[in-house]
Amino acid sequence: MGEALLSVKNLSVEFSTYGRTTAVLHNVSLDIPAHSHVALVGESGSGKTVTMKAIMGLLRTPPARIPNGEIFFEGRDVLKLPPRMRAGLRGTAMSMVFQDPMSSLNPVFTVQDQMGTILKYADRRLGRDRSKKERLARVAEVLSQVRMREPERVMRSFPVMLSGGMRQRVLIAMALLSEPRLLIADEPGTALDVTTQAQILKLLRDLVEERDLALLMITHNLGVVRETSSYVYVMNKGVIVEERPTAELFASPREDYTKSLIAAVPRLTGGTRYGTREVAS
Amino acid sequence: MSVPALEVLDLTKTFKVSGHFGSKSHETTAVDKVSFKIGKGEIFGLAGESGSGKSTIARMILGLTTPTAGDILIDGENLIGIDRRQHRSAVQMVFQNPGSSLNPRRTVGQSISVPLEVAGLDRVARRSRIDDLLDMVQLPRNFAERYPHELSGGQKQRVAIARALAAKPKMVVLDEPTSALDVSVQAKVIDLLVDLGQELDLTYLFISHDLSLMRNFTDRIAVLYLGQIVETGPTSSVFDNPQHDYTRLLLASVPVISAEEEAMRPHIPMIDGEIPTAEQLLALRRGDAEQT
Repeated sequence: MGEALLSVKNLSVEFSTYGRTTAVLHNVSLDIPAHSHVALVGESGSGKTVTMKAIMGLLRTPPARIPNGEIFFEGRDVLKLPPRMRAGLRGTAMSMVFQDPMSSLNPVFTVQDQMGTILKYADRRLGRDRSKKERLARVAEVLSQVRMREPERVMRSFPVMLSGGMRQRVLIAMALLSEPRLLIADEPGTALDVTTQAQILKLLRDLVEERDLALLMITHNLGVVRETSSYVYVMNKGVIVEERPTAELFASPREDYTKSLIAAVPRLTGGTRYGTREVAS
Repeated sequence: MSVPALEVLDLTKTFKVSGHFGSKSHETTAVDKVSFKIGKGEIFGLAGESGSGKSTIARMILGLTTPTAGDILIDGENLIGIDRRQHRSAVQMVFQNPGSSLNPRRTVGQSISVPLEVAGLDRVARRSRIDDLLDMVQLPRNFAERYPHELSGGQKQRVAIARALAAKPKMVVLDEPTSALDVSVQAKVIDLLVDLGQELDLTYLFISHDLSLMRNFTDRIAVLYLGQIVETGPTSSVFDNPQHDYTRLLLASVPVISAEEEAMRPHIPMIDGEIPTAEQLLALRRGDAEQT
């Protein structure tokens, strides 16, 4: 797949608690080319969130330990970077959008306060100098890039004054403040209504089209995988069990696990039988 | 259809919203003259997004919220003003999040035992009924001694189902019973619900925003929007031939996994940017457009 933006090679992660060590990831390898949509799908406990945290450098060590593996970002193994440089990548070169827009925003600060602070620290790390006024202008610009209708009003709002969909957009805008090359989205929109979720997914797709951005979508929802990615990794019990172009995966899954996962999804066209009951179609 | 298992007539609920932060107090209509009937043994789906009033309807049917107007009849008997004990033996509920609907300090047996105590069973009778209920939901009998944190999400939801069935209800309200579960676990829980429904001749009111699951699980559905039913009918005809724009929007928004499903989704151009939420629309309807 050529030179990847992010390349995870044989990554293993284990956790030690109370003297007992549990291996959580087993030799996970994945590639995310620049400007691409990749999905990592798995059920709860499959290790997808641990993978994401390892990439972002958010694993607490201890209890976590990385016995083997490399994570190359733009050609450098981030696991070998000094902590300060590692932290410098977060929020600037790679950003993430969290699942729950309610709990990832601070309720007592306005949107512009929170976004302004993030930008201030990102600027400091990148050695950029910007006045407060310029920062606010940048915040407004990014909010309108996430199709927020009245960015000026939203900036002065507290999180409680915004709807769930708007809060999710604020989170996406926050992640985009410093023009990252990689955006990791952890189940975005699962806390939202279907109509709002559809809009958020479309926004994420459009953002990748518009800019130099690669999207890693982490989800348990196969529908979201099909709507947002062109390449997919299926994870089960800490192992990548299958990786394929998304269309191929749905057309002809190879592994039994993937087949059972796809078979368990109820279809909009109907036809799934539950129980022993006869279903009239 | 003889006497329907559940009949809801012009059910209405208005809430007073007290003024805060300088906004005026006003009334909001969460449920607006909703009527529907559910036949015996039928699985009826209520589809709607947040703010549509689906949870308020469930709460009124369970007797947890008093309706402002309208009637709720179970087997032809009006529930409004009925004794609470009788009410509980008529309708029970399975909640969305089994993690928070089970008391963490009670064992599974103790949790299931509560409705049995209310029903007046003695200790020995309760014991054997708990065993029966655990059999019914296909959990080993020794699970009675376990605490919720020792169980997986699917097992907890089975316990919640056992607890709901303890009072021998005629009707069970399922409020997004599988939304917190993985799809493979979801399929097994729904299997169980379908089998139990047949075995015990239960009537289900299934509340969800998961339209794909609704398509496969329910016999008839009603689509709720801003407290009103905008469309109702047999599930297959509502899905194959949606009449209302809102139903079409909902269907168009469902993430799907096959080309066949994609083909049946209505093609609606997606609006860029925020669409107004139900709450905002309600605010507009009240005429105070300034307030969001």
